[in-house]
Amino acid sequence: MPIDAKTSRAQAAPALVLERAQAVPALLGRHEDFLIIAGLGGTACDVGAVTGDAAHVYSLGGAMGAACMMGLGLAQARPDQRVLVVTGDGELLMNLGALAAIGVMNPENLAILCIDNGHYGETGWQKSHTSLGVDLEKIAAGAGIARTRTVAVAADLAAGAKVLREGNGACFVVLRVKPTDPPPFRRNFDASLLRDRFRAALAERRAAGIAHQ
Amino acid sequence: MNEARQQPIQAGNWQNELFDLLRRHDVTQFAYVPDAGHQILIDRSLGDPDVISIPLTTEEEGVALIAGADLGGRRAVLLMQSSGVGNCINMLSLIKGGRFPFLTLVSMRGNFGEGNPWQFAMGQATQPVLEAMGVICLRVEAPEEVIPTAVAALTMAYKGGQAVALLLGQKLIGAKPF
Repeated sequence: MPIDAKTSRAQAAPALVLERAQAVPALLGRHEDFLIIAGLGGTACDVGAVTGDAAHVYSLGGAMGAACMMGLGLAQARPDQRVLVVTGDGELLMNLGALAAIGVMNPENLAILCIDNGHYGETGWQKSHTSLGVDLEKIAAGAGIARTRTVAVAADLAAGAKVLREGNGACFVVLRVKPTDPPPFRRNFDASLLRDRFRAALAERRAAGIAHQ
Repeated sequence: MNEARQQPIQAGNWQNELFDLLRRHDVTQFAYVPDAGHQILIDRSLGDPDVISIPLTTEEEGVALIAGADLGGRRAVLLMQSSGVGNCINMLSLIKGGRFPFLTLVSMRGNFGEGNPWQFAMGQATQPVLEAMGVICLRVEAPEEVIPTAVAALTMAYKGGQAVALLLGQKLIGAKPF
């Protein structure tokens, strides 16, 4: 029986081999070098497992689709700091237009890392569009983000980490990982408390003269 | 020419004053979805070297952008039409939960003198929807009310820490006859 186009695309998608618990820390490196916006769901746990309950991380528990545009607003507000958005395939798919806005604005201090496990893990592991042929790196590139990279095997990690830290325009890295649970991490869900302490931490950082370049 | 056209978009005095007022209050990021009612503000923001103007693909992006700018200690404003308010609803969870100061300028459709039946559903729902999500609405219908009301909105947002929408009514901006 001939396979349909959808199945064909799914089979053509890169295999998911990386473990997120190892790959995310390898890409983030020294996380204090960034101000971090972490998208809701598993990605907030991926980040929390690396950073702990840290003041320079604003992690979302809802408002799906917010992470990239929060990152843009923050990056434009603080060109002296490097901003990292860590989002998931599901959240990014909900607001693909943000990539167009970011491609147009192209702030040099904004890096986006999409942890793509091809599934909606929070809601019962339904396949996401990236398991069915949608290529987020191509969408980001098509939106005008000049530096993009897909990291799908361990050998790509160092190059992916370098992209996230280089700055002469916005950059975008897709990290393809196995569809497994994120590391356990008890997040703080108080969005207002996170705001207050993020702003305070940023003020301290600036007072101490810490900048990314 | 339609009757509604006889109250056209004003010559631009209050729009220019409004832009200057926002700038005096240190609003440095202007996020917008193109709209005739905001044309002067959009053009002024694009022409101001100290302002970052962000074209959005959908209005909810501007809600998240305002929160991000606030994390960085800056003020952003969202310019949109009333139909765009409907695109923002869930994203306003971020503003309410995080108690982010929030200011949006909304040019109204689907109200006074509207001729396009498609505009009524969202135009009539704009204020109830915003209020349901915790956004305080200040409505303006006369040119002389714009600046005092905008001053009030700026105070409520940036001193009071509230989420505020300035609704620019169709008596003020004129109704499109189609």
